Amino acid sequence: MSTTEGHRLALPRYHRDPPGTHPPLDSPAYGSTALRHPKQPLVVLPHRLTEVTGPLLGPGRIGPLDNDLTRQHPGEPHGQRIIVHGRLLDGNGEPVRDSLVELWQANAAGRYKHVRDRWPAPVDPNFDGTGRTLTDSEGRYEFTTIKPGAYPWQNHDNAWRPAHIHFSVFGTAFTQRLVTQMYFPDDPLFAQDPIFNSVPDPKARQRMISRFDLDRTQPNWALAFEFDIVLRGNDSSVFEDEEEDE
Amino acid sequence: MSTPSQTVGPYLALGLEWTDGPDAVAPSMPDAVWLRGTVRDGAGEPVPDAVVETWQADADGRFNHPADPRGAVAVPGFRGFGRCTTNAEGDYGVRTVVPGAVPAEVGSTEQGQAQAPHIDISVLARGLLHRVVTRVYFPEHTDQHQSDPVLRTVPQDRRATLIAERTQDGYRFDIRLQGERETVFFDV
Repeated sequence: MSTTEGHRLALPRYHRDPPGTHPPLDSPAYGSTALRHPKQPLVVLPHRLTEVTGPLLGPGRIGPLDNDLTRQHPGEPHGQRIIVHGRLLDGNGEPVRDSLVELWQANAAGRYKHVRDRWPAPVDPNFDGTGRTLTDSEGRYEFTTIKPGAYPWQNHDNAWRPAHIHFSVFGTAFTQRLVTQMYFPDDPLFAQDPIFNSVPDPKARQRMISRFDLDRTQPNWALAFEFDIVLRGNDSSVFEDEEEDE
Repeated sequence: MSTPSQTVGPYLALGLEWTDGPDAVAPSMPDAVWLRGTVRDGAGEPVPDAVVETWQADADGRFNHPADPRGAVAVPGFRGFGRCTTNAEGDYGVRTVVPGAVPAEVGSTEQGQAQAPHIDISVLARGLLHRVVTRVYFPEHTDQHQSDPVLRTVPQDRRATLIAERTQDGYRFDIRLQGERETVFFDV
């Protein structure tokens, strides 16, 4: 094991998020967690080399129209055209640059282009609901898309998901991997949605709601919403023993 | 100040499926193996709406990443990241190579103690509001498992859930989200 002997490694350390930031895996109001949440306690894993590194996925994954979901087909999709933009940041406010952002969403009628979506709202032949882009040197990203519709689901009586867009981001370390949902301001469906409300801390919950952005609205073309995504922060060059701080 | 995690929902394949996703290494990579398995829920039923993501060192135990203090090393054909959505039977498969052992970090209580070859795995699915994280180890490294600093923190009677089985074309690693022989998941 010549590659592993004699190395003394100093690794960045990623702060763990405060309790209440992320939903409990066991969230009974969201019925699908019942058979899918581990019942054994999670084993605390101090961050090691595998966890402080991660895939740095960049330009090779992006096609020219991947960030404009309204131009992926010959025709215009139905619905309200919107621009969704924001920054990918770490917990220290530093931008995460040149980093892959993926999203997916329902169409304007609240239907996903997926074989398993049986909600009887129209499929839009000009809308796939799939996008990808890279953040720029300041961590900024931008998509042009269609405002997704709310849709019913079977979780509870008269259950409707608030309109939302799924986001997937990587950051620069395995510890920072995040999939979240962006919601729209003042949605009347928030109060009854167990997925939105699965986040215990009300302030953290607000961080999933985008901001209407009049400045970026394009006249006669598209409304705009701003959504920053914040990943766990880190201390670089820490030389102390993490376990002592757990 | 982190943005909270949310479920990928049932239609995750729309945004997370890549044609080359399962190739953590190029198909032409020498010593490429398949890491295959089935994701099951607490009733033993397959989970058809999940995605399994893997992240690992290369065959020498190094990472193509600036946080590797030995320096980033790019191995042609090696991405180190695999991603596979589960099919209707809950099955996934990632084409990869067995990673090398990974050294410990400075100042740790097990200073100098290498970690046995392992792959970090995230599972995201409908019904999972936050990804769950596990690690797969390989059956041929039993000696290294005895001293592995992570495996040593796992209760002895549950460690077997983290060891893959050898198969004809690689390894099998089943993931049980809940219930009998529930996979060990880590809080990262």
